[in-house]
Amino acid sequence: MTGGLVLDGVSAGYGAVQVLHNIDLTVAEGSITAVVGANGAGKTTLLRTITGQLRPSAGSIRIKDGRDLTRVPVEEMVRHGVALVPERRGVITELTVEENLRLGGLWRKDRRAADEVLAQMYELFEPLARRRKAAGHQLSGGERQMLALGRALMAAPENLLLDEPSLGLAPKVSAQILGMLRRLRDDTGLTVLLIEQNVRSALAVADHGVVLNLGRIVASRPAAELAEDTDLRHTYLGF
Amino acid sequence: MDRFLFLTFDGLARGAVLAAFALSLVLIWRAARIVNFAQGAMAVAATYIAFTVTALTGSYWAGLAAALVAGFLIGAVVERGVMRFVGNSSALNPVIAGLGLLMLIQAVLGMLFGNSYRTMVTPFSSNPVEIFGITVFSSYDLFVFACIAVLVGGLVLLFTRTPLGLRLRASAFAPDLARLLGVRTSRMLTLGWAMSSALGALAALLVIPTELGLNPHAADAVFVYAFTVAVIGGLDSPAGAVLGGLAVGVLLSWVSGYWGATLAPIAILVLLLAVLLIRPGGIFSMTKERTV
Repeated sequence: MTGGLVLDGVSAGYGAVQVLHNIDLTVAEGSITAVVGANGAGKTTLLRTITGQLRPSAGSIRIKDGRDLTRVPVEEMVRHGVALVPERRGVITELTVEENLRLGGLWRKDRRAADEVLAQMYELFEPLARRRKAAGHQLSGGERQMLALGRALMAAPENLLLDEPSLGLAPKVSAQILGMLRRLRDDTGLTVLLIEQNVRSALAVADHGVVLNLGRIVASRPAAELAEDTDLRHTYLGF
Repeated sequence: MDRFLFLTFDGLARGAVLAAFALSLVLIWRAARIVNFAQGAMAVAATYIAFTVTALTGSYWAGLAAALVAGFLIGAVVERGVMRFVGNSSALNPVIAGLGLLMLIQAVLGMLFGNSYRTMVTPFSSNPVEIFGITVFSSYDLFVFACIAVLVGGLVLLFTRTPLGLRLRASAFAPDLARLLGVRTSRMLTLGWAMSSALGALAALLVIPTELGLNPHAADAVFVYAFTVAVIGGLDSPAGAVLGGLAVGVLLSWVSGYWGATLAPIAILVLLLAVLLIRPGGIFSMTKERTV
């Protein structure tokens, strides 16, 4: 199993407060790994650390060819093939749908490739194609999530990180979005790290599941196995 | 009627300069959430450079180019050298830094060039011409309009039609998100300051020869008026700055023409008060819906 994304002994926190403790995590290339856990488990902090928004106090973060991302600044991450779909559907509401999408691919030098990916995104997210001139703030929650996902894909990432993509969405829409991740994994070999509070849906689409509790990994197993472990669910996930 | 038309045209000509200067304040506000109190002094410094270049070369156009380049560089240096290090812990910090910079630049200009008024040449006559018996713009007024229209139009195209403009807007609206998408926001911020400062320099260079005379404090009043225009139009709104600038220019011209120049500042203050009472965000402020 090759690692698309490998965390080795990563610790991080805010000032004197340490949130993540010695995290070892390998996200297999071309797989979906779901990180689940209660509120405050450190899930978002984990993504912030991987994407360079937060410097780890210890450990290293590497991607598939061994490149070290530990000290890479956040604005350079897309150039290393790491894209994040932020929490709360981080769409720039003042910009139009098309501008948001284009922004995702702007770092690429090859304009024509970016245009091709844009067309693909409109195919993939058909509602966005109909609203390409609409401002971000006019979109529904589901449309915003599609836009945030489409914009991250515009960067043609190898590693896609998602922070609670189903938060606040209708179950049907969230299932649609999560289902799309499987398709992307199958079609393009994308490596996905998915952070979710919606444990059932997350483990249903993921290949591998990781349970985070108080900043420590307490379980790391195939997703299906994890979903069936009632003891673990009761103890850490509350259902 | 003739007088009314003359005052209106004259007001539009002055308003164009106010519009450009207000737009330069709006650009910085949008990029950095800072009202740059040093903007006037920075523009005057660029104008002194233009004055020197024109004196050395004998060419107004070389001076104009020098003002734009100097304005651009001064903006970049102020951002990289000063404003970047001013903490955001209080909204007052950049204001105080701006005021400090204002005094510093004015003092340095005074030491280098003296505090006396210097006359600057204009490339065209500033005497109004008559068309169908009505006194309207001078050729210099038309030149001012053209310069500002070209620069403002160019900025509009840059911001709305180019990848660089998209990066600049994204950095201004949502810097954290923009960084995640690979935008080097720190460069965009410097560029925003530089462009805004170049625009301010152009406005100062255009208004100083006919209205004010070159002096380290030449842009003080223009800054106050332009700041008022920016607030009236909405600090967030480039269109508001341009339309507000023209409207305030005309209002100033009417008030000075019919009731005397001493009442002009009062009229502006009354207008500012009215806008702040009725629509505090400014007339053209954008509706914001940032939270979901």
